[in-house]
Amino acid sequence: MTSVAIEVFLQTLIAGLLLGGLYALIGLGMTLIMGVMKIINLAHGELMMVGMYIAYWMFVLFNIDPYLSVFIATPILFFLGIALQKFLINPVLKVEAILPENQVILTVGIGMVLANLATIFFTSDYRSTPVSYATNAFYLSDYWKASPIELSLSVPWSVSFILAVIITISLWFFLARTDTGKSIRATAQDTDAALLMGVNVKLMRVVTFGIGSGLVGAAGCLFLPIYYLFPSLGGQFTLIAFVITILGGLGSTIGAIIGGLILGVFESMTATYIGMGWAPVGRFVIFVVCLIFLPGGVASLLKRKKLGK
Amino acid sequence: MLEVKNIDVFYGDVQVIWDVAFEVRKGEVVALIGANGAGKSTTLKTISGILRPKKGEVIFEGEPINKVEPYKLIEKGIALCPEARRLFVEMTVEENLDMGSLRGEAKKQRQNTKEMVFELFPRLSERRRQLAGTLSGGEQQMVAVGRGLMSLPKLLMFDEPSLGLAPILVREIFSVIKRIRQEGTTVLIVEQNTKQTLAIADRAYVLETGKITLEGTGQALLNDEHVKKAYLGV
Repeated sequence: MTSVAIEVFLQTLIAGLLLGGLYALIGLGMTLIMGVMKIINLAHGELMMVGMYIAYWMFVLFNIDPYLSVFIATPILFFLGIALQKFLINPVLKVEAILPENQVILTVGIGMVLANLATIFFTSDYRSTPVSYATNAFYLSDYWKASPIELSLSVPWSVSFILAVIITISLWFFLARTDTGKSIRATAQDTDAALLMGVNVKLMRVVTFGIGSGLVGAAGCLFLPIYYLFPSLGGQFTLIAFVITILGGLGSTIGAIIGGLILGVFESMTATYIGMGWAPVGRFVIFVVCLIFLPGGVASLLKRKKLGK
Repeated sequence: MLEVKNIDVFYGDVQVIWDVAFEVRKGEVVALIGANGAGKSTTLKTISGILRPKKGEVIFEGEPINKVEPYKLIEKGIALCPEARRLFVEMTVEENLDMGSLRGEAKKQRQNTKEMVFELFPRLSERRRQLAGTLSGGEQQMVAVGRGLMSLPKLLMFDEPSLGLAPILVREIFSVIKRIRQEGTTVLIVEQNTKQTLAIADRAYVLETGKITLEGTGQALLNDEHVKKAYLGV
């Protein structure tokens, strides 16, 4: 391999990992909700869109950096998620319907309403956030003069990635170490047993929906400096989150992280070696391949290893 | 301590418990025995609030509990080791025990109680960081019992604790139940393993197709002709 080919490969890999870190954050929210509620939240991408608009207007109106808006958008989305769960999804859960899928259909409706409200209020214009560091980058040759190859690392991408990692680690810490986190995991694993242990299962469902929404709202803020914004971008990210959730194994947090990274790298490779326009195709290919050969997702592989089978 | 007053329980439109009434006094081991489908587990589920009686009342320490939110019962002192254990299989042994002590005094005493559980089941101490799903059936039952004890219950209910265990482990579980009772916890146990259950029970009730048909001391029922024929196979 020539040094150019190596450069291209490494550069693609880095871009993929950076994208994957952000994807993981989007996927985590969906998989958490999936684990506890047993439903796919198909308004997930639209919630991210809401987070992005919050960060956008904070920047335009008050000149608040999108990265700082994480602290504004996450709590707003948390409470929006709680409201959606409490007033829209819970009442539908209570009804003994013929189709348990009703809740999923409801989330599609919520997504549509959010996207169209955004169109009414903000028009369908594409917007981008002109942060001063948008095109800045770190270059390997600046740090290592004798480097045989040249690699660059975009500043906003790197910052977004690092923040995504920090948020993911905090979430892991919350789920693993706090009683509330353990209660959420317990509810996901066995609702009745959790109830017997004194877990307020209804509250956990509401809180989980809030956390899932808050996470994707944070992801929206992290995406804003590197992506453009328009009201109907949600669908695409719902799909991405869905693929990651399947790839990771339904309800598995560690699976979602690995799934996000795999999808990021795969899309990045597809874009470099096949063509920019093919990245979404790559997404579907990996989805179908996963359903055929690894229907349990990454989580089933990890489980097999742990159980020594 | 616990009074079940003439309850009727339904699954949808189907009535499975008919006018069942019994009581558990402080410090006793009381057993509910009966065949598959007699309504034993349903009765325990009703006491723990997962099912609601259509008629009748469940009273614990003088307070009606059949309308209390089920997650609040553990704080009142009622714990259930459910049928088939129902552990959180993707959590470690220690995390499972923590789940038993989420509220109130039990949470404050968590470390002490945990030491006590590990003393009762030394094997769990060795495996405290192992995922519960990777344990053997007997060890899982120990976790289930330990998790129940973690809530410092006044009344500990067991639903088929011997289910699927080798005879030697069944004996171990029964001796643990005896020990739990000696330390002052009241026990309500549902079992198909009639002989060993009656041997440790102060009193027992026989459930048949959702109705109580017999009651008496453990010894009396062991010698009862009907029980002998129907449940002991002699």
